[in-house]
Amino acid sequence: MSSRGSPSCFPEARRVAIFGGTHGNEMSGVTLVNMWIKNRAEIERSGLTARPFITNPRAVEKCSRYIDTDLNRAFTPENLSTPSGDGLPYEVQRAKEINQIFGPKGSPDAYDVIFDLHNTTSNMGSTLILESSTDHFNLQMVQYIKKAMAPESCMVLLNEHPHLKYSTSRSVSKHPIGLEVGPQPQGVLRSNIFESMRAIMKHALDFIELFNSGVEFPACSVEVFRVHERMDYPRDTNGNITAMVHPHLQDCDWEPLNPGDPMFQTFDGRTILYEGVSPVYPTFINEAAYYEKQQAFVTTRRETLAANSIRKTST
Amino acid sequence: MREGRGGVSAGSKVCSRLLLEEFRKTQARKTVSQHCSAEMEVVTLPVLHRMAVCGGTHGDEMTGVFLVPELERQRREKGDGIWPIALTTVLSNPRAIKECKRYVEKDLNRCFTSALLSSSITDSTPYEIQRAQELNSLLGPKETEDAIDIICDLHNTTANMGLTVISYSFSNWVCLHLFKYLKEKVTTVPVRLMLLDIPICDAYSLESVSKYGISLEAGPQPQGVVRADIFNFMKEAVNAVMDWIKIFNSGQVIEGGEVESYMVEKSIDYPRDPETQRPSAAVHPQLQDQDFCLLKPGDPMFLTFSGETVKYEGEPRHPIFINEAAYYEKGIAFHLAQKKNITIPSIQAKKD
Repeated sequence: MSSRGSPSCFPEARRVAIFGGTHGNEMSGVTLVNMWIKNRAEIERSGLTARPFITNPRAVEKCSRYIDTDLNRAFTPENLSTPSGDGLPYEVQRAKEINQIFGPKGSPDAYDVIFDLHNTTSNMGSTLILESSTDHFNLQMVQYIKKAMAPESCMVLLNEHPHLKYSTSRSVSKHPIGLEVGPQPQGVLRSNIFESMRAIMKHALDFIELFNSGVEFPACSVEVFRVHERMDYPRDTNGNITAMVHPHLQDCDWEPLNPGDPMFQTFDGRTILYEGVSPVYPTFINEAAYYEKQQAFVTTRRETLAANSIRKTST
Repeated sequence: MREGRGGVSAGSKVCSRLLLEEFRKTQARKTVSQHCSAEMEVVTLPVLHRMAVCGGTHGDEMTGVFLVPELERQRREKGDGIWPIALTTVLSNPRAIKECKRYVEKDLNRCFTSALLSSSITDSTPYEIQRAQELNSLLGPKETEDAIDIICDLHNTTANMGLTVISYSFSNWVCLHLFKYLKEKVTTVPVRLMLLDIPICDAYSLESVSKYGISLEAGPQPQGVVRADIFNFMKEAVNAVMDWIKIFNSGQVIEGGEVESYMVEKSIDYPRDPETQRPSAAVHPQLQDQDFCLLKPGDPMFLTFSGETVKYEGEPRHPIFINEAAYYEKGIAFHLAQKKNITIPSIQAKKD
């Protein structure tokens, strides 16, 4: 538990962005951002500017995840520093542009907070994704959102894994937050999923407004699920998938998977069991976009993080 | 999946009516008038010799994409004898499958009208029209004696449709009996029959190439995803189709009866923003996932992004294909169908 000493101080978060269409077929974010571009009333808060922005307009136009390469993996240091040119994949060029507008990544000029709106075909409900366990501003924000969304559940996924962490659009900001709501098929807009995402954004902006007005948020605990391991589908020697997520695991995101539990079912009906040493919490179970990334689901471990009390830096 | 819009497409060729009549005469010998439903006697039909199971007609509908190779694996392991009928398996749209997309240039499952099947191929002809003509050579030709007896085309939908058997209203008793049998045998999921009232020359989907074609539509499943529960009941359904063929071909009389069908009449689009033409509402939460329910005037239909409910105003009808991803570009939020009970006669295979 953190000490009862002085709170962690952060500057006011005045420059906030809301990204939609990082994957062009994830419709909640595309729809919300287009709506807010047309009419900002709902996202206006005193003390901050919330800028709605479509990150991958060509993919949105085509209603596909991406054109050349996944934009949400494109914000690597190599890509961001590569010289512009005609041969560059569309998303690499786009990553550089976004880094110019909302970054540069890692610099004092970068946006304070970026929310990146995503959908998943997995039964993850409302999920907030963090990239750091030591960003106390973000820890306090997700805890605030969770409490505000209750009794509707809101899970927190922490991806701080040295190999599995990836370079997201939102990572150009100082405080990146991913919003992942499912299940929703690609290219489909479901009303309940849309309204959940809208509610999360409302609470998130409320938090920032309160923070900027000088409210101090006391120390608290935040339950998170820390990314542990990526599990691929069983494949044959040609690389073809030979089994599907087992019916008992399908849709059971966030529920414990114990050693000996069914994990996959082959096309001819045999069961493959989970053979880990300890229980894990699987998520992103059967996400459509991850077949090509060799991921049937990701395992996580449940952890409680201590969030320091926070308030804005006094001037 | 297909649009439910009835009516003859403009510019369609005149159907080869003579061929069609000949075909029908050699198929069925009815012993009593069709209008006398009270005492229909047994209708004799020829034995069924050849069947095709097709997957990947839409390249991102994954049940068929995986079930077709699984059938081939069974053939390699156990031999052709495991099936009661000569079976051809087809991956209909290999280029779309490779890219995991519905289609590459044009929806393949709209390319099987008589007009498109006989159109000339040039360098600029879309890939799918060429592929449709190849499939017509392989499994047809449509409306001729040489056409394969049965096509079972496997599809998925993002709509909550369980297992829906889709056929055309011109189809013979075989399709309706197949549905009746599937409804009895597949119990893990609701099984319904959707009928399209379109004449054969305008029938645009792959299974219309065969003499007795059906689509098996399974959902809800996102595009690009294979769910084990859906795969399992689709496999069960394909096996049940083959069981029925075995029973039919044995010469047993197959009891007729009543089947309930949903005849598609029209489709409803999303409310759209007049400037951008983008949808300004989503399917209402109370209608979402309620495929085949009865939608009555005054029932909620859409929920706009500004929070207003748009209500249904029309005759009571059954919505199907509610919120199908692929239909956004076709301007369809859902189809509306009318329930119709159809009396089907007992049938019996006549050995040739």
